[in-house]
Amino acid sequence: MNVLEICKPRTRKEMAARVARDIPEGWYVNLGIGIPVLIADYIPEDREAIIHSENGILGMGPAPEEDKIDRWLINASKLYVTLRTGGSYMHHADSFALIRGGHLDLCVLGAFQVAENGDLANWATSENDTTPAVGGAMDLAAGARRLWVLMEHVTKSGDSRLVRRCSYPLTALGAVTRVYTNLAVLDVTREGFAVREMVPGLTLDALQKVTDAPLRMV
Amino acid sequence: MINKIVQSVAEAMAGICDGSVVLIGGFGSIGQPNALIEGLIEQGAKDLTVVANNSGVGHVGLAALLETGRVRKIVCSYPRTVDPVVFEELYRSGRIELEVVPQGTMAERMRAAGAGIPAFFTATAVGTRLAAGKEQREFGGRQYLLEEALAGDVALVEAWEADRWGNLTYRSSARNFNPVMAMAAKLTVAQAQHIVDLGALDPEKIVTPGIYVDRVLHMPYGEPTVT
Repeated sequence: MNVLEICKPRTRKEMAARVARDIPEGWYVNLGIGIPVLIADYIPEDREAIIHSENGILGMGPAPEEDKIDRWLINASKLYVTLRTGGSYMHHADSFALIRGGHLDLCVLGAFQVAENGDLANWATSENDTTPAVGGAMDLAAGARRLWVLMEHVTKSGDSRLVRRCSYPLTALGAVTRVYTNLAVLDVTREGFAVREMVPGLTLDALQKVTDAPLRMV
Repeated sequence: MINKIVQSVAEAMAGICDGSVVLIGGFGSIGQPNALIEGLIEQGAKDLTVVANNSGVGHVGLAALLETGRVRKIVCSYPRTVDPVVFEELYRSGRIELEVVPQGTMAERMRAAGAGIPAFFTATAVGTRLAAGKEQREFGGRQYLLEEALAGDVALVEAWEADRWGNLTYRSSARNFNPVMAMAAKLTVAQAQHIVDLGALDPEKIVTPGIYVDRVLHMPYGEPTVT
């Protein structure tokens, strides 16, 4: 049975909005490049969650209007952003000190694979990748207090991204605590993946059929 | 009277030797000292090791330096940009060595060099292929890797304002690696959009005190473009 016959997977924007719902006021949060940066657009302005960008911004705001761009102010994805009232700048060593020092409540990253023991693979797809590029992913994965992953449930060719053991080069060991996909929200527990929530219509059996790692309900 | 302000790019680049380790500030093109990079190309030093977060875009700035073939090795966290044509070609054909370093580890290795700390332990990259060959130790039940300081012979940085003592301020996210690199090199050269009188900078706003800076070049080029 094809999952598409029984449910409607979340779009990228809906995935970002779903994560945003779980970020409470007062948290300091780093959002990785790719789908995770979209999350900022879905945190209501009156909920004060403070967004950190690895290139030295704490209190990052949304993209500016076309005529109000500050050409010196970009985020980790090298897109123009704004600074919220109360925001601050810091240099790279301080920016990663707050990451490494465990001061971030949460980091949300994209991934190629997450294993049932929380291992993360998100920086290279093979051992002989032509240009390996890690950026800040290993620092964030090792340093944030909570690491959530936001990714499609399966690859374009239909392979599960939730696996027993990662086959791609690792970013961090046992670091992921929760996974948000276009089909479900899952916790990483000592007993593997526990499903917290599925999109309407989806069943555990159908979800299991597209998931390599064994699943159970919370 | 101390005066670190130089009058030409050539003066700013004087004495940079072949084989130097050159730290180049910037995150992508923001905060990247393009005038100094062009000066280094003009100056001609070769067999260089370049430390920079990215590996250059298109055929300008850092990419233009790589294109001269005078960079033996690049140390960076993210050698991927929208248009890394020059680097990709050099790397694929084996004409440049690449050391990929996690971004925070790279920043801290330079901070450590500037602060006289030869090495430090970090949990970043434990259990990954970037841990290969590194000493691993447990502290408080967690595994850490030993990372060595990364010092430069030369740092090329971009500042917003500078005075004749070499005190520097930065402009929002263009600060990035610049203050860290300024403290980690034997010779630090800054290009600044604005030169101001000594005493004009609010002491509370000086990010890089002049002790870390050797030469300042006035380069009021206006606004950067994201590349």
